[in-house]
Amino acid sequence: MLPTLLALPIFAFLVILQSTIISNVPLLHGYADIVLLVIIAWALQERVQSAWQWGILGGFMVGFVSAMNFAIPMVIYTSITALALIIRRRIWQIPILAMFVVTLVGTLFSHSLSALVISIGGTDLPWLDTLQLITLPSLFLNILLAAPVYAIVRDFANWLHPEEIQI
Amino acid sequence: MNPKSSIPWQGITLSLVAVGLVVLALGGYLTPLSRVALSPLVAAQTWVSGRVQAIQVYLTGPRDVAQLTQENAALEAELAHLRTQVIELQQQLGEYRILSALLDFARAYPEYQYVGASVIGKDPSPFLKYIHINRGSDDGLRRGMPVVTQQGLVGRVAQVTASAALVQLITDPSATVNVRLEPSRAEASLSGSITADITLDMIPQDITVEPGDLVLTSGLGGNFPPNILIGQVTGVRSQDYDLFQSASMQPVVDFTNLEIVLVITNFQPIDLSPLIPTPSAP
Repeated sequence: MLPTLLALPIFAFLVILQSTIISNVPLLHGYADIVLLVIIAWALQERVQSAWQWGILGGFMVGFVSAMNFAIPMVIYTSITALALIIRRRIWQIPILAMFVVTLVGTLFSHSLSALVISIGGTDLPWLDTLQLITLPSLFLNILLAAPVYAIVRDFANWLHPEEIQI
Repeated sequence: MNPKSSIPWQGITLSLVAVGLVVLALGGYLTPLSRVALSPLVAAQTWVSGRVQAIQVYLTGPRDVAQLTQENAALEAELAHLRTQVIELQQQLGEYRILSALLDFARAYPEYQYVGASVIGKDPSPFLKYIHINRGSDDGLRRGMPVVTQQGLVGRVAQVTASAALVQLITDPSATVNVRLEPSRAEASLSGSITADITLDMIPQDITVEPGDLVLTSGLGGNFPPNILIGQVTGVRSQDYDLFQSASMQPVVDFTNLEIVLVITNFQPIDLSPLIPTPSAP
């Protein structure tokens, strides 16, 4: 229960960070997605049981402040949580590698779905420009931030879920 | 009586010597002598004075160092405080300049009522060009209200909560504004893009459009009030086989550094959707 309760102020802080600082530091026209990175890093922690709650809450918070349809961030973040949980079981011995893999796939999935929804809404998106100017720069920034975010979230998870020592 | 003893020879002699010395001194003949006589005296006095000062510094030194350290700390604290004040004043000056310019804009368009708002964030999605402002329905904001700065059109209110609102910029890929070009007075349609570049479409082929032409809102469609400056044409693309010309333009508003905006609260956008015929309509 405590991790879920803590997720609320954490995501509030992260969404403010994303909206005020990270959105103002673009690479070409893309920028990092700190909420996505934290959700992935949290879901990849071995002893964490609240990955779904964090994914849903992250999607809810981003959907609340974004002009994007409310359901889209929710679908994106819960899908990526599911992917992270599957990957955690597969390559659990090298979690940092799993972090990079899920970040790569998650960013591509997130951008593809967002672009698809905007296109369905009637906006003409040039796909090549979208890939070159938004998705690839965002992917680069996410990969760049993946390792430090993973380290911080791992320390936080270890503090919240200390390893049981057999006496 | 002894007449010799009545003459003060000693006094006269001394007086003559004194007068002689004075005359010699005034004539400068005693200078080498005085230099020779004074040099050892000056040297001795300098030596004594130096030792006295050294002793004085030694005796009073520690107290002065402590005092100077204290004064230095106090001055550093004062300096930090003044630096903070300078930064605050510079920020206030920047805000003052923006507000002054906004006031000029409001005076230029007295027919509208305005609510000033600070920009507090951007949309988390890189695909959308929206900003968050710190005014909402409690301040009279409604969906569709135009948003401007002292330079020109920014966008319109897309979503409203009690204390904040989401503004769709005219650079958003799904934004469309009906515009008029000056001096040709040609009507056109402005649309944004994912790269925040703005293009003008639907310019009639028989109209001459040149770089430098002004782009203003036309008021057609009822979404924006007319005659608000948007930017300048930078290039025209015209092909003989196309029905319309298109053009690129440079907005007057710097969308990357938006700080304060004005929301026009007494402009009610007109919803034309009921008038647009649908395929299923009889």
